[in-house]
Amino acid sequence: MPYLGSEDMVKELRRALSNPNVQSDQLRYRNTILKVIRAMSQGVDVSGLFSEIVKACATVDIVQKKLVYVFLCSYAALNPELSLLVINTLRKDCQDPNPMVRSLALRNMTNLRLSSLVEYVEQPLTAGLRDRAACVRRVAVLGWAKLHNLQPNSEIDATVVNELYSLLRDPDPVVMVNCLRALEEILKEEGGVAINKPIAHHLLNRLKECDVWGQCEVLRILERYRPQSDDELFDILSLLDTSLVSQHPPVMAATLSLFLSLCSALPAVSLSALERVRAPLLAACGSTSRELRFTALCHIQLLLRSVPGLMGAHYKRFFCGYAEPAYIKQRKMQVLVELVNDENVAMLLDELKGYCTDVNTDTAQAAISAIGRIGRSYSDQCLQILTGLLGLKQEHITSAVVQTMRDLVWVCPQCSDTVCLALEGCEENLQDTQGRQALLWLLGVYGERISSAPYVLEVFIDGVRSETSLEVKMELLTATLRLFLCRPAETQDMLGRLLHYCIEEETDMCVRDQALLYYHLLHCGIEETRKVLQGRRSDPSLGVLIGRPVEPISQWAHSFNTLEPLRQGTVTTDSSNKGSPEHVTSDPKPNSDLSDDLKPCQIETVQTASDSASLCTEYSTDALSSSAVAPLSLSLSPALSPEEFERLWLQRQSLHAEQGGEEKEDGDYLCTEECVQCPTIPHCSPQNLQAALQLVNIQTLAFTPPHTLPWRVYLYTHTHSSCSASKPPSTLILGELLYTGEPKEDCSKMVMEGSHEQLTTEGEEAAVDRLRGRESARQQSQTEDVKVTLKQQPRDDKALKGFLSVLTTVLHTLSTETT
Amino acid sequence: MISQIFILSSKGDHLIYKDFRGEAGSDVVSIFYEKVMTLTGDQPPVVMSHKDLQFIHVRQGGLYWVATTTADSSPFTIIEFLNRLAALVKDYCGSLSEKMVQMNFALIYELLDEVVDYGYIQTTSSDVLKNFIQTEAVSSRPFSLFDISNVGLFGAETQQSIVAPSSAATRPIQSSREQVGSIFLLYIQTCSNLSSCFTEMRIGLNEEFSIGKSQLRGYGAAVRVDECSFHQAVRLDEFDSHRILRLCPSQGEQTVMQYQLSDDLPSAPPFRLFPTIERDSGGSQNPQTDSLCLPEHPPPPSCLLLKCVMYVTPVASVFSLSQELSSPDQSAELKPQSRAVVWKVPRFTGGTQLSALFKLDVPGLSSASMQEVGPVGLSFELPKYTATGLQIRFLRLSPVQPGPSQRWVRYVTHSDSYTIRI
Repeated sequence: MPYLGSEDMVKELRRALSNPNVQSDQLRYRNTILKVIRAMSQGVDVSGLFSEIVKACATVDIVQKKLVYVFLCSYAALNPELSLLVINTLRKDCQDPNPMVRSLALRNMTNLRLSSLVEYVEQPLTAGLRDRAACVRRVAVLGWAKLHNLQPNSEIDATVVNELYSLLRDPDPVVMVNCLRALEEILKEEGGVAINKPIAHHLLNRLKECDVWGQCEVLRILERYRPQSDDELFDILSLLDTSLVSQHPPVMAATLSLFLSLCSALPAVSLSALERVRAPLLAACGSTSRELRFTALCHIQLLLRSVPGLMGAHYKRFFCGYAEPAYIKQRKMQVLVELVNDENVAMLLDELKGYCTDVNTDTAQAAISAIGRIGRSYSDQCLQILTGLLGLKQEHITSAVVQTMRDLVWVCPQCSDTVCLALEGCEENLQDTQGRQALLWLLGVYGERISSAPYVLEVFIDGVRSETSLEVKMELLTATLRLFLCRPAETQDMLGRLLHYCIEEETDMCVRDQALLYYHLLHCGIEETRKVLQGRRSDPSLGVLIGRPVEPISQWAHSFNTLEPLRQGTVTTDSSNKGSPEHVTSDPKPNSDLSDDLKPCQIETVQTASDSASLCTEYSTDALSSSAVAPLSLSLSPALSPEEFERLWLQRQSLHAEQGGEEKEDGDYLCTEECVQCPTIPHCSPQNLQAALQLVNIQTLAFTPPHTLPWRVYLYTHTHSSCSASKPPSTLILGELLYTGEPKEDCSKMVMEGSHEQLTTEGEEAAVDRLRGRESARQQSQTEDVKVTLKQQPRDDKALKGFLSVLTTVLHTLSTETT
Repeated sequence: MISQIFILSSKGDHLIYKDFRGEAGSDVVSIFYEKVMTLTGDQPPVVMSHKDLQFIHVRQGGLYWVATTTADSSPFTIIEFLNRLAALVKDYCGSLSEKMVQMNFALIYELLDEVVDYGYIQTTSSDVLKNFIQTEAVSSRPFSLFDISNVGLFGAETQQSIVAPSSAATRPIQSSREQVGSIFLLYIQTCSNLSSCFTEMRIGLNEEFSIGKSQLRGYGAAVRVDECSFHQAVRLDEFDSHRILRLCPSQGEQTVMQYQLSDDLPSAPPFRLFPTIERDSGGSQNPQTDSLCLPEHPPPPSCLLLKCVMYVTPVASVFSLSQELSSPDQSAELKPQSRAVVWKVPRFTGGTQLSALFKLDVPGLSSASMQEVGPVGLSFELPKYTATGLQIRFLRLSPVQPGPSQRWVRYVTHSDSYTIRI
């Protein structure tokens, strides 16, 4: 903001500057110029003083010179003619015996940004490239880049480019790095500086001489280099290993970025590089600068997309500090959700519970939805916490809890009983649209189990006139109609009132149309209405699935060490801000299909795996038809809760252990172990596996994430044999798929460790061998078997065999598809 | 590549503005400030964009240090650079504040000119820069003993600004967990020294100092940390055998060593809290009263606590607070926005116990609301105390300088986030 009376101020300053008494006293002269600059940085327009300041340029006082240059560089563009006056002084300074004066003059000559001055600048710049003092060369090199950008259409001077290339061998590392930068700019059209093998090796060898900033620049430019052989590649990698664990986060990030681009074809090496950077990244997470902490957290999230287990043991480092800002807390919670496992779940939930009552409501809501996400795998503990939170009777907490419960129930239907109990009475504390919407959805879908449901709805319907939110009205319509289908006696009257209001009085078209649709639907008969409205209550494609699928590193490698990860908002899994879960799932689901849920022809494709999942649809339908020779049908009902499964499984196990033996049969149950050759199964995505198994009506209950060892899947199904009366009509089969891998796989993780010793040549060879060893280990491991343990009750060999063949077919289909 | 750098005060005043590449106008400064002002609490403000211009900023000393960049540059580099720039300014001017920056704007322009050229970072080493920087720093007040007595004697922040701009600090981070809940400590052990012109410094640490979990622990009072990293200027030739760090410090403040320790602390945490919460159902017409009694356990003897702020998050709507504190120089107040009771203890002698009794009037108190009480957070500064037991055996300068050399070694423990669940 210009000050009032800035004109007077300029006048005053001009008088002082042209006063010969001031000019003769160096200190007073300097102080007057200081005042000018101060006024300038406060926003006062002092461009009128240009000619006075130009005069002040010719001085021996370096401080005064610097001040004058600050002024000149800001206002030169306004006074190109007057600026010509300065150029003589500047050119004279370029001959000064003091290198500091030379570099200063050269730098500011190019900073004036006047294309009219180019002809005067070129000669001193050429001389500057051969100056004795490194500081002058640094300035001169970048000066050429500035000059080029001043006249972008001019031809590139080949002699200058050659000179710059030769200056890459300059003894001063900053000159070398500046050469790279200047060439990048000058040769932008040709794709930047050319990095051939000698230049790349030269840069790598001199990396250690550069400071942090120079190293980052060199590493970034090296990303363009492609090594010609594997040997060269591994030489480079072992040379860079110490930078990978550098305690300077910029160097570490730039090195990892280079690693990932060099090893894009070697996923195993990239993975071990990620392991290596764990410690420095964690250290950056504990940095005193919160901005740096935030950056590190965002990048850890990227890494976790490919290696979910990377930070598992260090979960405590992501606990929030009391005084941390909300955006860091929320990122930390997002990371914590990814890190949950059997050992730390209790501790994590305890910690998250503490955040639920945070002063910042956004943080509190983020904590609640984080608990909900963990609830998909550990529903009991989480539901207990969520129910407890309802007792606080705080509006924002209740709303977040109800939304979280809705999302949880959609994914894990086995939680519905607890949720239904907890919902009683919480409507009093719900004020916001999203919370009420979630409550209405739950009331509609689980209305028959919530005794007070009609009364709650009635309150809503009585208040519908004063309701402002469109979404709530529409949700209310659906919920009331759904409730009517299961509890007609209590609901009929209010449904009538609601429809009447919506059709006759409501002004909003959407609500009216929906009401009309329901009205006509009811005319078509109750069965039709049921078909349309009583669809699924849960998303069968997700089941108890934990976390997102593991992505290949290449998915995010390009955005590593850029601003991209910092800009992304909250992770997409937050459906809380949208409507009911049915509308959230990506694919369009025609309502008429809903009743066909259990037919194998219908498959829920998961966003990321849609292609492969649909591929395996074909395969597995084939598989099913082929196995259908035996009159065997599998079904998922009655559903088995994870607790029940665990009880049955362990009960069988103890019996098994007591009696010993490979295959123990009892009159009433059977336990058998088989090996199935399906090498890549443990690497396929859980979504695919689950979707495929669900097609043939096998329910998976729990997973370990892919690529972890031992890899396990628990599953169950019911068999129904229709043909013979002698056999039991239905049996329950519990199964476990186990893949243990082999010791080689484990030790190969150690490859990158200790490789800083590998700077000697023999060490390098060893490293290369070990790295290759890992690759081959991976190959070998792929021929391993998956152990299938099955427990059946009551016993029915034929059905079990049938089931096993179905399972084997599915696994084979999947594993061929994964390879 | 940095396009512009500017420094704004917290009120949005333009303090410093430097355009390196001439790609965007100076109106971006006000655009930036508008953007910052419209941010809500939970939005990460670190990166913001306006058209194809990216703003990256850090906050240091209550000021916004902003860099704009057009290319997709590395956030680590730019954030680290802005932090380094702030540290440089602090080293040169003594402290970071709006007033300091205003007074030393000429020096900061000079500094920026040397540090960045055409948007490329040239050098941030204070040894190199001192040859180029000609302007003398202006300090707000002449140094006098009176000033020292005014500020807290051990207030690390203020002490550096007055006594010496150069000091070496080690910042270890510790976290531990015990039955009460979680305790995270951040200890800053500051050893200040006036480094004028000596060439090499040798710092001896405890001989029984060990790093890593796997190392066998003896029966003695071994000092152990999990991870440890050193400043790049530190030479570790004698570290393995004698636990001696050798370094040639450059001017300015440096973190010589950074270490981390989690899970089991060698010594008990310095504070213990015995909370009791009672529900007092009071009279018939009065709202219920929630009383919280907080006796404080002694910190280790010989410790002197200067400041202790205690946050107690009480239930949402508290009407009034009544208090009983154990001595008159303490104070407690209710902060309605942060829903906290802040208890300030100016001085806390080791080996003693303090207690406070707070009564909160809460309308409509339910039994579930009791869950909302807590946690208790402490912020403190403990002189002469390190939780790891890490000590500096000696600090030697070589070659030995003629005349008396002054050196200070001072242990200070700062809390970062020390939280106790109740």
